[in-house]
Amino acid sequence: MLATAIIVFREVLEAALIIGIIAAATRAIPGRNRWLAAGIAVGLAGAGLVALGTERIAELASGVGQEIFNATVLGIAVVMLAWHNLWMSSHGAALAASARGVGGEIRDGRRECSVLLIVVGLAVLREGSETVLFLYGIAATDGGASWSMLAGGLAGIAAGIGVGYAVYAGLLRVPLRWFFTATGILVLFLAAGMASQAARFLIQADVLPGLATPLWDTSALLPQTSIPGTLLRSLVGYEDRPAGMQIVVFVLVFVVIGAGMKWLNTAPAQPLRKGAPS
Amino acid sequence: MPHASRLAFALALVTGLVVGAPAYASDDEFKLVIEDHKFQPAEVVVPSGKKIKLVIENRDATPEEFESHALNREKVIAGKSTVSVFIGPLKPGRYAFVGEYNEKTAQGVVIAQ
Repeated sequence: MLATAIIVFREVLEAALIIGIIAAATRAIPGRNRWLAAGIAVGLAGAGLVALGTERIAELASGVGQEIFNATVLGIAVVMLAWHNLWMSSHGAALAASARGVGGEIRDGRRECSVLLIVVGLAVLREGSETVLFLYGIAATDGGASWSMLAGGLAGIAAGIGVGYAVYAGLLRVPLRWFFTATGILVLFLAAGMASQAARFLIQADVLPGLATPLWDTSALLPQTSIPGTLLRSLVGYEDRPAGMQIVVFVLVFVVIGAGMKWLNTAPAQPLRKGAPS
Repeated sequence: MPHASRLAFALALVTGLVVGAPAYASDDEFKLVIEDHKFQPAEVVVPSGKKIKLVIENRDATPEEFESHALNREKVIAGKSTVSVFIGPLKPGRYAFVGEYNEKTAQGVVIAQ
C-alpha cells in the first residue's frame, strides 16, 4: 500500500505544485476559481482519454509517439507559462493595485484565464494519465492486495493535493510587495524545468542529440528520488543526471523568458485604469 | 500597442526554441520482453560510447512503465504492445532499470562495456 501511495504521490505532486503556484500567481484575476476548476476537469477528462489511447499514441511516429506527445504537451505548457509571465510583467502593477481593492476589472483578464486553464489542464492531463494507467494496472491485476493498493493510491493523491495546497497557502502569505516577483520567479523556473523535461523526451525519442549523457551525476549527493530532490525537481526542474542538451534548453528558455519579463517591466509605465485602453 | 508587439516577439522566440529539431539516425538495437511483470533478459549487455535503441515488448495485459534514474529514462508501455527507447551513449558501467508499476519483480540492468 505504501509503495502505491508513494508512486501516485510522485505523479500527483508535480501537477499539484503547478496548480498551487498558478492559483497563487493569478489570485488577483477575477473569476479565476471557475477557470481553475474547469482546467482540472478538462485535464482529468483528457487524462482518461490519453490513458485509453496510450497504445495508439505510442505507435505513432514509429514507436516514439509518446515522447513526441509528452514533449508537445510540455512545449505548449512552456509557451503558456511564458505568456503568463510576460503578461504579468506588463500588468503586474495594475494587478497588485487591484489585489488590494476588490474586483478590479482587468482588460485581457479573460484571455489570461484561458491560458491558466490550458496550463492547469495540461499538467493534470500529463500526470493524471500515468496515474490512471497505474491504478488501472492494479485494478486489473487479480489478488487480495488490490484494495489496499487502491487505498494507497487514494492516499497518494490526497498527499499530493495537500502539498500543492500548502504551497498555495504559503505563497499567499508572501507580502504583496514581493508577491508577483516571487510567483513570477517560480513560474519562470517551472517553465524552464518543463522545457528541460521536453528536451529529455526528445532525446529519448532520438529527435535531439543528448550532447553529454549525463552532464553531471549528483545522484549520490542529492538523489532526485529523495523528498528534497523530488520537490526541487518539481519546482525548479532539478535532475541528478541530466543530459547536456537539457541544460542548454533550460538555460535558453530561462534567459529568454527572464529577459522578456525584464524588458516588459522596464517599458514606460502605463497606468491601467478601469476600462482604460492599454 | 508596444506591449502587444513585444509580447508577440518574445513569444515567437520561445516558440522557436520549443518547436523543430533535426531527426537522427538510429544505431544498435537490443530487445527486452516483459512477461509476468519481469524483464527478459534481466541483464542487457550493450557497447559503451554508442547510442542504443532498446525495443521493449510488453506481453502482459497490464501497462508497465519502463523507468531508469541511472539512464534518465521513463516510458509507459501499454499492455500487449511494443515501444522503443533510445539511450546513451553510455560510459562503461551498470545502469539499473525497473518496471515502475511492478517494482518488486520487474527489475533489470543495462551493462555497458
